[in-house]
Amino acid sequence: MCGVCGCGGSEARIGSVFGGDRNKRVQRAGTGTTQAWRAIDTRRPAASPAGLDHESTDRASVARLQRVERDILGKNERIAAANRSWLAERRILALNLMSSPGSGKTSLLVRALETLGGRLPAAVIEGDQQTEFDAERIRATGVPALQINTGKGCHLDADMVARALPRLPLAERGLLLIENVGNLVCPAAFDLGEAHKVVILSVTEGEDKPLKYPDMFAAADLMLLNKADLLPYLSFDVERAIEYAHRVNPRLEVILTSATRGDGIDAWLAWIERERASA
Amino acid sequence: MHELSLAEGIRDIVEETATMEAATRVRRIVLEIGALAAVDADALRFCLDEVLSDSIAEGAEVDVIEVPGRGRCRQCGTLAPIDERHTPCPSCGAYGLEVLEGDRMRVQAVELE
Repeated sequence: MCGVCGCGGSEARIGSVFGGDRNKRVQRAGTGTTQAWRAIDTRRPAASPAGLDHESTDRASVARLQRVERDILGKNERIAAANRSWLAERRILALNLMSSPGSGKTSLLVRALETLGGRLPAAVIEGDQQTEFDAERIRATGVPALQINTGKGCHLDADMVARALPRLPLAERGLLLIENVGNLVCPAAFDLGEAHKVVILSVTEGEDKPLKYPDMFAAADLMLLNKADLLPYLSFDVERAIEYAHRVNPRLEVILTSATRGDGIDAWLAWIERERASA
Repeated sequence: MHELSLAEGIRDIVEETATMEAATRVRRIVLEIGALAAVDADALRFCLDEVLSDSIAEGAEVDVIEVPGRGRCRQCGTLAPIDERHTPCPSCGAYGLEVLEGDRMRVQAVELE
């Protein structure tokens, strides 16, 4: 286990668009098995020593330096590139939404999907360590959602998304919204194959977050500054927050939103429509 | 942060290399970690200890070479060292230097037996 954030890498479970409560579905179906919930076992096979032993006597104790020069994230980047082409072939616009826990990502998605009202075919991938709660909130809007539970993992990676894509009903020229695990640090490093990263910062978090957690803001193309309805009760300085975000990433676009009151939702949907036109 | 995932990535690369080279043991792993790669070298070592046990690289020494951040100003083109993402251009003061070096992580080499 990771000593810093408790992240463990190999335990992700991917649900189905019908929801992940296996027992209930099994009862409904009246059988002992179900196709709808097949949690993918991501444990890797034990390291195979095959082929490593047979010449050991010849080579004993002869150390040699072997150049490797391979990117540690290279495997993730290759899978992300494959996701990107898969999405591009279908002209699907995919957004990777990232923020700390509790910034209002799911509420923003629900509000945006309600406002969208089915005008655009959409689907959602929800990433959380545990529970199916967020996917259920999305499904309540009528939009298909698939939950990925990362177990101890602190971020989604490209392989999880690659395995989720064929399970989702994704229409050509549609919209795929991927809500990453709530974490302002780790998700920034893992390309999923999305067209854009969108960072959500809520005004209850403090305006210095872009400087404290710069990688997320450096990687994003759009920042949604959420919970704007709470501004009258806080000493949050909007201008300063945006200025800090621009120090890290001068090209970052910013929309002030409130999932509760609806501020900025139309502006965000217009942004999505603009990006979709070029997808 | 995500050091465990990174450690697993390193193990995969090291194991593949060892298999390809028909090695019996990995004595040393040399990593290049960019100063802007948002990875904590101590946490990574801690995770590598865990992840490499029972592998061909169990007990291998881990050398970390830190690659300093370097970038170019998008406004005036000045090349400058970058300590942090919000380091301004030393010539014109503009923010958002384009990162040229120091944001990657690589397995540079392994010492095999």
